[in-house]
Amino acid sequence: MIKNMNKINNLFAILLLVPTLALAAGDHIKLDRAPINEEDHASLQRGARHFANYCLNCHSAAYMRYNRLQDIGLSEAQIRDNLVFTGVKVGELMRIAMDPKDAKNWFGATPPDLSVVARSRASADGSGADWLYTYLRGFYRDAERPTGWNNTVYANVGMPHALWELQGEQVLAERKVRGEGYMKTEMALKLDKPGQLTPTQYDEMVADLVNYMVYMGEPVRSNRKTIGMFVLMALGVLFIFVYALKKEYWKDVH
Amino acid sequence: MAATPKEPVQFSGAGPLNAPIGGLLTWVDQRFPLMSLWRDHLSQYYAPKNFNFWYFFGGLAMLVLMIQIVTGIFLVMHYKPSAAEAFASVEYIMRDVPMGWFIRYMHSTGASAFFIVVYLHMFRGLMYGSYRQPRELIWIFGMLIYLSLMAEAFFGYLLPWGQMSFWGAQVIINLFDALPLIGPDLSTWIRGDFVISDATLNRFFAFHVIALPLVLLGLVAAHIMALHEVGSNNPDGVEIKKHKDAQGRPLDGIPFHPYYTVKDMVGVVVFLFLFFLVVFFAPEMGGYFLEFNNFIPADSLKTPPHIAPVWYFTPYYSILRAITEDFMLVLAIGVAAYVVLIWLTTRDVRVKLAASVIGIAVIVLMIGGPLAIEAKVWGVAAMGAATLIFFLLPWLDRSPVKSIRYKGPLFKTALTIFVIVFLVLGYYGTQTVTPAGTLISQVGTLIYFSFFLLMPWYSAMDKTKPEPDRVTM
Repeated sequence: MIKNMNKINNLFAILLLVPTLALAAGDHIKLDRAPINEEDHASLQRGARHFANYCLNCHSAAYMRYNRLQDIGLSEAQIRDNLVFTGVKVGELMRIAMDPKDAKNWFGATPPDLSVVARSRASADGSGADWLYTYLRGFYRDAERPTGWNNTVYANVGMPHALWELQGEQVLAERKVRGEGYMKTEMALKLDKPGQLTPTQYDEMVADLVNYMVYMGEPVRSNRKTIGMFVLMALGVLFIFVYALKKEYWKDVH
Repeated sequence: MAATPKEPVQFSGAGPLNAPIGGLLTWVDQRFPLMSLWRDHLSQYYAPKNFNFWYFFGGLAMLVLMIQIVTGIFLVMHYKPSAAEAFASVEYIMRDVPMGWFIRYMHSTGASAFFIVVYLHMFRGLMYGSYRQPRELIWIFGMLIYLSLMAEAFFGYLLPWGQMSFWGAQVIINLFDALPLIGPDLSTWIRGDFVISDATLNRFFAFHVIALPLVLLGLVAAHIMALHEVGSNNPDGVEIKKHKDAQGRPLDGIPFHPYYTVKDMVGVVVFLFLFFLVVFFAPEMGGYFLEFNNFIPADSLKTPPHIAPVWYFTPYYSILRAITEDFMLVLAIGVAAYVVLIWLTTRDVRVKLAASVIGIAVIVLMIGGPLAIEAKVWGVAAMGAATLIFFLLPWLDRSPVKSIRYKGPLFKTALTIFVIVFLVLGYYGTQTVTPAGTLISQVGTLIYFSFFLLMPWYSAMDKTKPEPDRVTM
């Protein structure tokens, strides 16, 4: 029995790979633009809370320290009391207790670490944020999948819809749209059973979460731009001096 | 034998400190060739006064080399060359090491910047004939630097241990695997394992931080010593040493220091402005300097759908991919046509015979049925040849003039097309394989090699303009 289970799991793992390869062969996915603002600390704090509540059970963020969240305006006490659920110290990395091997058995693949997911998901189709924003809003019911869920951005994904209670259940339904001179049908997402949040509220929540993941991908991001402005200004000033020096020396070269 | 004491060094410029500084310099100079080095390479090294924009890039290449060495030292303080820890240690540098992100982005941007300035530096040489007699050795040292730089970049790219690090290395090492007879053993020897593993990472680390930097520094020293032996070329391609004043100084030369030191400082500041624009505002450079897939840790079980080398290798990668089984006939016809061209234009019987024998041998190995080598191996050979063919440039160019300013329309057209083809090949090297892309790469490959192989003919028959006697400003 257990042997058979493993075989089935292996089969799932292989099936998981097939669509990614097919997709890469040419299909470009239309990604929605993520409405995020990396300077909006309130949004980042909400995103951090959602991340700790909904993601940080199966996914780790093992390169990110909890106390780094002081960047986005949280105090150590706030982080400890509201975001650390595993009882670790506030200076620790965001690891999880789940055994990767168990996870692989349950989901077909180990849930990836999310520290830099917003950077790795960028492509010619859009930023990593756009990908995540579209992905997290792209789950739909699919009875043929072992988890019961499928995704428009990541076909046959191993991850179940972790936010389904909030979003509700979407289905992929045919929809008539105006083509070039004729009506054509295409497959589109439709909310079948509403969740605890309205679609607008859900989109906002996902935007906060994605905003946080972009921040987590490179915590220094906004700081580096600030430093960069000073460096470029200093070089601008230096240019005036070196250019004047060159002019002065080259006066006598004809 | 008692050496004659050298003249005391006169130092001026520091007011009351002139005497003690002069004394110290004298003490050193009597024990070390301080002042003669200073004079030979800076204060009395006469460079042509008509250097233009294109002459900034040699000095900038040295600056980038220094940036890479200094940032590299600091990265090594925190990086862990182990398959289990490498990826995490890079993220540790990015997050927990104070200003670690700054050092890392300077190093990653520096790698691309190095190739940008080196490509522009090489293009300058192509334009102004800087490889021509008596500067052949400078060119050869320069090409060796370029090859070492490619090796340095290749080894370094494995170190972050991301998906592109791993699979990029996999693709390149598998090229060696394709070589006849020794291939499989050679690739195992390079990896130090049957797959890319911790052993590979460790040896690449050793090459990246010790072996190749030493080679690079030695070659740069040789490059500059050879340059200062014969003197710099200039945009007019005329020798400034032909006209000297009573003291033996070239009339069109100016001392490198202070004239070009102050001029290069302007270039350095402008370069750093652009460099830091990338470092602080676009370190990924849209996925060209830091590939997105490299933010996923290396996974030997998951082949990425699209493996692209970093942009600076992509022209050669295109050439590699262009050599397909159905392209071999075209290549063979090209070789045959080249032999015919040599027959028609050469009187020397030995050259004709040698060309025929080599040509027929190559054609047989290309399309000779059971004797033919597979196209994959020819792809590797073509990629290697595409980099090595630059070495021959000093002997391929038969034009009576050096600089593009006085060369005729044939050379100008050829160089323009070559640059466009290099860029187009580079673009297609970043893309997934499509029939159109392969066709364009194949045409590009033919043009790429034609630029070099036909140069003895078109450069000689070109209508050149007379060179001026002296440089023009």
